[in-house]
Amino acid sequence: MKFRFLKDKFFKHLMFMCIVFSISIVFLMLFGLFIRSLPILQQKSFSDIFLSGTWHPLRGEFGFAPFIVGTLWVTVVAMVIAIPLCLLTAIYLSEYAHRRVTVFLKPFIDLLAGIPSVVYGIWGVLAVIPLIRDYIAPLFGVRSTGYGILAGGIVLGIMVFPIIIQICVEVFQSVPKELREASLALGATKWQTIKHSVLRKALPGILAAIVLGFSRAFGETMAVLMVVGNVPKIPKSIFDCAYPLPALIANNYGEMLSVPLYDSALMLASLILLLLVLIFNILARLILIRVERSTQ
Amino acid sequence: MDCQSHICVNNLNVFFGKEHILKNISLKIPDKKITAIIGPSGCGKTTLLKSFNRLIDSYDGVKVTGEILVDDENILHPNIEVTHIRKKMGLLLQNPYPLPMSIYDNVAYGPRIHGIKNKKKLDEIVEHYLKQTNLWIEVKDRLNAPASRLSVGQQQRLCLARGLAVEPEIILGDEPTSALDPISSKVIEEKFQELSDNYTIIIVTHILRQAKRLANYVIFLYLGELIEQGTAEEIFENPKEEMTKAYIQGKIS
Amino acid sequence: MDRRKIEEKIFLFLMRISAILIVLSLILILFTIIAKGLPSLNLAMITQTPKGGYYLGKEGGILNAIMGSLFLAGGATILSMLISLPVVIYLNIYAKKNSKLSEFIRFSFDVLWGIPSIVYGAFGFTIMLFFNLRASLLAGIIVVALLILPIMSRTIDEVMRMVPAGLIETSYALGATKLETAFKVVIKQTLPGIITAILIALGRGIGDAASVLFTAGFSDYIPNSLLKPAATLPLAIFFQLLTPIPEVQERAYASAFILTAIILIISIVSRIITNRFSKNLIK
Repeated sequence: MKFRFLKDKFFKHLMFMCIVFSISIVFLMLFGLFIRSLPILQQKSFSDIFLSGTWHPLRGEFGFAPFIVGTLWVTVVAMVIAIPLCLLTAIYLSEYAHRRVTVFLKPFIDLLAGIPSVVYGIWGVLAVIPLIRDYIAPLFGVRSTGYGILAGGIVLGIMVFPIIIQICVEVFQSVPKELREASLALGATKWQTIKHSVLRKALPGILAAIVLGFSRAFGETMAVLMVVGNVPKIPKSIFDCAYPLPALIANNYGEMLSVPLYDSALMLASLILLLLVLIFNILARLILIRVERSTQ
Repeated sequence: MDCQSHICVNNLNVFFGKEHILKNISLKIPDKKITAIIGPSGCGKTTLLKSFNRLIDSYDGVKVTGEILVDDENILHPNIEVTHIRKKMGLLLQNPYPLPMSIYDNVAYGPRIHGIKNKKKLDEIVEHYLKQTNLWIEVKDRLNAPASRLSVGQQQRLCLARGLAVEPEIILGDEPTSALDPISSKVIEEKFQELSDNYTIIIVTHILRQAKRLANYVIFLYLGELIEQGTAEEIFENPKEEMTKAYIQGKIS
Repeated sequence: MDRRKIEEKIFLFLMRISAILIVLSLILILFTIIAKGLPSLNLAMITQTPKGGYYLGKEGGILNAIMGSLFLAGGATILSMLISLPVVIYLNIYAKKNSKLSEFIRFSFDVLWGIPSIVYGAFGFTIMLFFNLRASLLAGIIVVALLILPIMSRTIDEVMRMVPAGLIETSYALGATKLETAFKVVIKQTLPGIITAILIALGRGIGDAASVLFTAGFSDYIPNSLLKPAATLPLAIFFQLLTPIPEVQERAYASAFILTAIILIISIVSRIITNRFSKNLIK
């Protein structure tokens, strides 16, 4: 009889250890990547690393500026495409669409969330690149191979559709029905109710969804790597090639141990990526927790 | 059937999916009186109330037959413009739901929606209706504060002011005092009595004593059927139906 | 018609257009992969490993990558389950409901979920350097297990939170300990949800490329030991696409088709499981 309780106690502690272990991964990551990037941080000045635009690992020059700027460009283009489309679709799904439509659309969007990024990348190469090369770039009078920021942005934008739509729909559903009724009862149309009351109430949640989408796009590697062109220069227009941080890390892991400081530089790139994504995620999750609390 | 009163219901049936919520309801609501809809919970009181301004439209799988005449116009007719029906009726829900904006904007919300842009005119409207709901003195220095910072009782009065600001002829209340403290409840009840000189008021309540205190006219629903309707004296002193008698004496609930 | 009606009509139109655009782009992706991949697909692709000169257009297939991905994702899923089940049971049975602690744990897992897979890969690489390990199936399994740990935990957690408190209390009332309640009542009750979560995590494990780039390596052989490097499908696609030879690029499309098919089958199976088995459960 006693054994049952001992077993219960033992497993309780074991389970708690599992939790401690899981959560400690974040700290282990920060610590491990920091230790590995120490050499470059000690040998180079802050401005050499973050403000310089020259990337010549063989000459020992590691300027991150082109990569940071490239990441931002691609992510911003992706968000410009994704935000309006996702927001409108989420409003449609949660407020207007008939049940028959949502029953079909929601699983479809879930399905897309599961498609691997390499597949998105292949699609980018097969469909988006020719589209930009043959139609969009000539339209603006630019000669382009198709590879570049715009291609990366389009592919990434489509990749973040599911996450932004899913969270936005959840946020809209957490807005109490009574709030809508209060506005409708005053004679507001459905759209006025959404515009003036529902969207306002849902604003923090929408922001969180956007931040999460942004950070997903920010860290996405393979799909972007395949379509942005990977040229380590600061881009000047959306038809230029770029070289985002994740692509830099993925592309050069093979040779990084043979060039001094190269591995340290790539680990620093990972650390920067991790820190930024952590900040975005923590902010967004805190907002979502507050949203959830305020509706309970 | 001719109809002198504001609201007149003929053979109303409401279904949610396969569930028959309201069965063949026919009634007349007297003008400029307080009408109380009473009955045990789940009997369809709220559904009846929300049929009056067609808020039930937004529920999934709802089907409505029969007619509801408001000023001799059948509001269930598919071609009718719902927003103008709703404008005629203010609604107070169980819990106050201030809109996510300032106190001022809450009251100004309705008038703005209906096209009043003039700032001076809006100021007047806001002041007028906040005074009418005894809220002006309490909030006049913080009109731009979010409405969610008010106490629950104040919020409910704000919701009343917001409803009155679109100049309705009818006020609907869905157990409007059930979430309030006794003092705020008293204020709301007194307001209703004052307002009944100029407005037709319909409240849903499960508190019998509240119905006795307020109502001039009473409608008793039981499991979706209209059991009895009549003046407050008739229903409370001299009910015709056994069921009504049993409910009023607390034998069924 | 008044102005506000027109405004509503315009926005409703825009919403429909957006929804259609999103659905279309997604259908287009599937269509492109099928249209380009299917013609280049042949039996050798899925039954043979690369022969000499495969990447120059000679004979062979990508069985090494298919098996490598299945071993890797399967191993990672099992490993990750060994950690996430205890985590979720603790959260839902032992920890107090809605306490600060459980809120913090859920929050941490959500944050873990957001970390990009390339960072997991880089982190795995630092660990390998620390222990002086070479790229191998085992290293890949460990990193992918960490990557899918938050996904699996939070998905199972969402299912377990739905278990009615009354059901758990009934078990306590019969004198069961928390552990017995967890295994005999809660896990039984949530089994379809747990299987779905496992399948979702498996799909993620098969599809992820960035994390295994550093850690699992690549090999033309089907791995016969945990310490050998292993090929994975996403990386096979990536490498084949990088070659300048058109026939090999065609194979990349075919491989992408295979990968997409595997992922779609997994997610459809998980959907069927959720729909079929959730009917016999106590709500």
